[in-house]
Parts: sequence; structure tokens; C-alpha cells
Amino acid sequence: MEIHSLEQIIAEHPFFLDLDPAYASLLVGCASNVRFEPGRYIFREGEEANHFYLIRQGRVAVEISPPHRRPIVVDTLIEGEILGWSWLVPPYQWRFQARAMEGAHAIALDGKCLRAKCEANKELGYELLKRFSQVVGGRLDATRMQLLDLYAAH
Amino acid sequence: MVPSPWVVRQVSKETPDTFTLVLDPPGGARAKFTPGQFSMLWVGGVGELPISISGDPARPESLTYTVRSVGPATQSLVSRQAGQTVGVRGPYGIGWPIEAATGRDIIVAAGGIGLAPLRPVIYHVLANRADYGRLTILYGARNPRDILFRKELAVWAKQPDTQLLSTVDYGGVAWRGHVGVVTTLFKRLRLQPAKTTAMICGPEIMMRIVARDLIARGVSGEDVYLSMERNMKCAVGLCGHCQWGPHFVCKDGPVFPFSRIASLLDRHEL
Repeated sequence: MEIHSLEQIIAEHPFFLDLDPAYASLLVGCASNVRFEPGRYIFREGEEANHFYLIRQGRVAVEISPPHRRPIVVDTLIEGEILGWSWLVPPYQWRFQARAMEGAHAIALDGKCLRAKCEANKELGYELLKRFSQVVGGRLDATRMQLLDLYAAH
Repeated sequence: MVPSPWVVRQVSKETPDTFTLVLDPPGGARAKFTPGQFSMLWVGGVGELPISISGDPARPESLTYTVRSVGPATQSLVSRQAGQTVGVRGPYGIGWPIEAATGRDIIVAAGGIGLAPLRPVIYHVLANRADYGRLTILYGARNPRDILFRKELAVWAKQPDTQLLSTVDYGGVAWRGHVGVVTTLFKRLRLQPAKTTAMICGPEIMMRIVARDLIARGVSGEDVYLSMERNMKCAVGLCGHCQWGPHFVCKDGPVFPFSRIASLLDRHEL
């Protein structure tokens, strides 16, 4: 029953819009429900990246810690968005840290499990890669815009 | 073309470098304007600046301007005290299409001080609520301390059929709101493209990206409007300082439909 429920949640998440139901069935074997209390770090920079998260509820801050300074929030993610892509590319380490700003519910997908499934099923791998490329591309665009520091007094 | 002396009624600090001035016209005259228009403000011995009107068009007893202090002229302007005068010419230019947008959903997308020229649109739509559909305000600032009109944003967010989405480019860990460039707000947008008119003001690259994203989501380029900024001097299309391709920004704008200026937006040194 729970597996069916997870499958449904995965299939209905915007990130997996129009995903072949057969792939949703494959993904569910790597999925689990998780909840993060407000203020809790979901992962920290440099740690091994073995998951990504489909955010179902709440808000998550993506932070970077400059040397000798307090962390800076560079992005916030909410319901319907994806947290984490470092599980997909070597060396499988988080580049940033992520903190639940408020209580957050998510589906965690085990990266090691998924990587094994993608190796065995290249079509699934390509499907995931296409979807994550959009996420990474969108964040690269946003980061470039941030670098422009548009609103500074030039 | 000769500035008339308006009296400073009030100067209030919005952010560390941005101030709002309320000016009263001489002799108790009425000061009508269309949202999106600008005036030339002159401080004797310092210079004259084009500044958009940021106040309520339904309150013609004064005109309100929000100015970011970035150089000697703007610093001099925001340093004026109540009772002192500022030379005023205008209002000038073609403003936002508030009449043409009647009956339609309105998106107001602002970046940084770009919220100031759009605030009159928000006042107008909220004061004439039945004449418009859904109002969406998208606002991006550099960081939390640079957010303009903070109290009003909170009020606008509570208005019926109004969605306020705001973000900052960078936030500290104490910031509870959204972080990300203004285009990241689009995923939270409830959009009916065919019945939407969008009005955008901010840094030019931000306007270009927001306009193209909206068009990619189905909004017509005819229904997307941008407020352009160039070096306005005479403000009446005579001197040519603000010429931009075939347009004089002071007279033909500053508000233009995207479809009319799209080919100019990517061209350098125009």
C-alpha cells in the first residue's frame, strides 16, 4: 500500500510530469518518505551525495559558506521542486548545503540505487538525465544572473 | 521648458540609499499624471534628472518620486529638506497602458528601484479593482535590506485576487523569504496568457529576460510592456540625447510594448 502511495506521489510530482509509468515503478524502489524539522541541515557541503529530494511541502534554503563569514542563502526551493543533483555526477559530493527553513516533507531518492538502475536501464538513465539537465541549466542561468548583480549601484 | 519651483513636503528613507520625496506644486495647482510618466527634477547648481513618478495618480495634490542616491545630482536631490524647493518640468512621456489593460489580468514585474515607476499602476489597479482581473506583483531586490515599500508590499499581498511574489538575489540565514533571481518566481505564477498584460521595469537585462520568459509562456509580445531608461535631457524629443534606434525614449516612451522594441534590446551601444 505504501509503495503504491509513493509511486503515485512520484508520478504526480511536477519533476516527473508525463513520466512513463514503468519508470515510476522502477524509481519507487529507491524512494522513501522523509521529513525535516525547521533549521535542520539536510546535507552539508563536501558530504557524500547519495540522494536527491522531491520537495512536497515546506521551504528549503540552499546555502554557501564563504570563509570567515556567515552562510549566504543563494536559492530557496519549495513544493514541486527538486533538491540536489550532485548524486548524478562524480565525485558525488554536495557542492552546497541545504537547510529546512520550515518543516519540510520530501521524497528522498537513493542516488546509489538510482545510479545502478540507470546503468542497467539506459533509457531510464537518459530520461533522468534530460530532466536533471533542465534543472541544472535553469540554476546555471539563475546563477549567472545573480553574478551580474543587477541591482547594484554601478 | 522652464522648471517651476515645487516645495518639498516630505523626504522619507526607503532603504539605505533610496529616498521618496513628496513635492507640492506651486500655488496649490493639481498635478495630474499617467502611471509610468516621469518629470525632470532640477536642483540649482547641480543638475537636472529624469525621475519617474512613484505616487498615487488619484492624489493630484502632490507628486511623489523615489530616488536612489548614486551620484552627486541624486545625492543633492535626496538631501533636500521639507520647505526647500526643487525645479520641476513635466510630467512627460507615454506611461503604462492602464486603459488598454482594462478587463485583463495584470502582471507587474519589478526589479530593484523599478518598483517605483510601477507603484502608481498598483495603486490604480487596487483602487479600480472591478476593472481588472487578477493582479500579480513580481518583485526582485538585491538583498532584504534593499526591499522597497516594505509595508505596502505586505498590504498588497493581502488584497483580494492579488498575488505578491517577492525574492532577493542573496539572503542571510535570518531571511525567511524567497531567494533567487526574479525569473525563478515564474514557476509560482498562475498565468492566463491570452488575457494577461505585463508591465516590467528594472535593469534592462532583467526586463529582457522576464519579457522573453512571459512570451515563452504564451503572453503576446504586444501585451508585454517595458519602461526604458536612456539619457533624457530635453524630455520633449528635441535634443536627441535619448534617441534609441528610431525612438526618442522621452517622447515615444519611456514605456514601450516589447514587440516594438525587441530588435533593439540586444543591440549594443544603442
